[in-house]
Amino acid sequence: METISRVHAKALTEWGREHPEAVVLSGDLTTSCEADGFRDAYPDRFLSMGLAEQNMMSFAAGLAREGLRPLVHTFAVFMYRRALDQIEMSIAYPNLPVRIVGFLPGVTTPGGASHQATNDIAVLRSLPNMTVIEAGDATDVESMLEVADGVDGPVYCRMLRGALPRLFPASDRMRLGRARLLSDGGEIALLSSGICTEEAMRVVNALQARGLGVRHLHVTTLKPFNDPLVLETCRTASLGVITMENHTRLGGLGTCVAELIAEHGIGKRQISVALSDSYLQGASPKYLMARYGIDANALVRAVEELAGRDLDIGEDELGAARTGTYFFEKQQEAL
Amino acid sequence: MVQARPINDNWLAECQALADGIRRRVLSHTVAHGGYLSQACSSAEVIGFLYGRGMNLGPSEGPLIPPPFAGAPSKDNPGHTSGMLYNGRRAANKDRFFLSPTHYALTLYAALIESGRLGPDGLSQFNTDGSTVEMIGGEHSPGLETNGGSFGQTISQAAGVAWARRMKGDTGKVWVFMSDGECQEGQVWEAIMNMAFQKLDNVHIVVDNNGQQVDGRVEEVMGLEPLDAKFAAFGAHCLRVDGHDLAALDAAFQTPHPGKPLVVVADTDPTHDIGLLKERWPNLHYIRFASEDERSRYADALKAMEI
Repeated sequence: METISRVHAKALTEWGREHPEAVVLSGDLTTSCEADGFRDAYPDRFLSMGLAEQNMMSFAAGLAREGLRPLVHTFAVFMYRRALDQIEMSIAYPNLPVRIVGFLPGVTTPGGASHQATNDIAVLRSLPNMTVIEAGDATDVESMLEVADGVDGPVYCRMLRGALPRLFPASDRMRLGRARLLSDGGEIALLSSGICTEEAMRVVNALQARGLGVRHLHVTTLKPFNDPLVLETCRTASLGVITMENHTRLGGLGTCVAELIAEHGIGKRQISVALSDSYLQGASPKYLMARYGIDANALVRAVEELAGRDLDIGEDELGAARTGTYFFEKQQEAL
Repeated sequence: MVQARPINDNWLAECQALADGIRRRVLSHTVAHGGYLSQACSSAEVIGFLYGRGMNLGPSEGPLIPPPFAGAPSKDNPGHTSGMLYNGRRAANKDRFFLSPTHYALTLYAALIESGRLGPDGLSQFNTDGSTVEMIGGEHSPGLETNGGSFGQTISQAAGVAWARRMKGDTGKVWVFMSDGECQEGQVWEAIMNMAFQKLDNVHIVVDNNGQQVDGRVEEVMGLEPLDAKFAAFGAHCLRVDGHDLAALDAAFQTPHPGKPLVVVADTDPTHDIGLLKERWPNLHYIRFASEDERSRYADALKAMEI
């Protein structure tokens, strides 16, 4: 599998070339959020906002009121936690086209609880007017800006950085409200998002080899959550539904799917593979995924629970584990 | 650079008439319904100056009778309206006005009426269900462009507007009206720091330093003085004047301030011209009459002002 580094850095700089209305704001994490290329190419449209995220979010709203398209870059926690009221009253209420480009979702940083965005989707999808999209590979990251640009209103982009796998062909761009169909089968609906899709793909072949039909979808739009393919996939899965996400089990993909199942009266059992209801710790992604229950083994256990039998899948039957990191050597910090 | 202004020898009298009218109108409303009266007392000259002299606004584009609330902005609700219509059409050479503490909404509505931007009957909708003439206004309320009720956010939004306007080459200024209490919010200082760093000298800020907040005296809730020194330390060009002295306000806002935002701390009296309020001091945030006797004494004060 191809792995590429600094995908957003390249995409953002290219975006800036074609979009003079694009303005980038950064909260002292410019290289860390891969905005350094834009900064160097378009210094007149780059705003160093310092460590003052509340001002940064409201300031971005002011720019948007004047017709600019602000792209706010910092770690997600410093926006959706520290400046939530600013996101709500300055940006979401007036439905302004501010793009909140949030980095370090869930386990992708060893920076500990202060840096790990583990409940960002739960918080931001509850905001009126907010659209929430999430990247799971290099192609998704390359698509984020154009998908966001098509939205009349604020968009939260749950972004990835560093070395990323290319799971989907570069020409197969992310589409708003449309999941990617990765495998087909009639027994289990497997809906994964973000970095969990790569992890889930390690398991699906082994499940199919055991004779389990798995329809695997990669979900990139968390709000609005109205993809007919997702609904149909849940409806037709004979054994039930499994969701898998790099986010707390409260309020993320699993909750979106549960609401969908309930609202449509589908009556399917659902197992949520998600971060336990806990803050995490500073450690590697691999360690955190295992400890907090979102790795391949956690998915196998969920499938066994749903299928009602022991699948006896050995580690050697799973696809190769991820070796990349969400880190780049040019970053100014160690996270 | 001192800006050339149209000659108007009568501006002082006109602004004072605006200020007197604001106080009288808010008192009249308060006698009938209760209200945010002390804010009008402290800020009437400041607001009168802004609308009568300081700001370069186009004529109002808003209906004299405000429309009912058409729902919050959303891509599915193209019918929502902005209260900024009452401050005139957007234009490169026109100023923009941002009222940060929207608890001053009643004072602002009164100012819009006194300056002919809102019909006298507009206030009859105040705080009635379904109306845009809300008690703590939102961005749909006459004269408002932002939801300023959560303090400290409007100044940052105004800074973003000012940055974008400079980028576009607009010559119009961005005015922000603030109160002293909201300066306890950290975001205010983030915004001043940022405007100084960005050298945003197209921003004019006035702070109604009336020494009052909900719990009582600012100095007993969370002291802010020396407020002007704080603004200066964060990089603004800051002056301090008597906020009831129109000539002093005018001189302050004509002070050159290249490369820096201009902040004028207007020292004001929240009982100015309505001495009865001193009986309630220091709890002046919102007037809810304790008895009919108290109400009738305010009604008498109103009659005295109307003579």
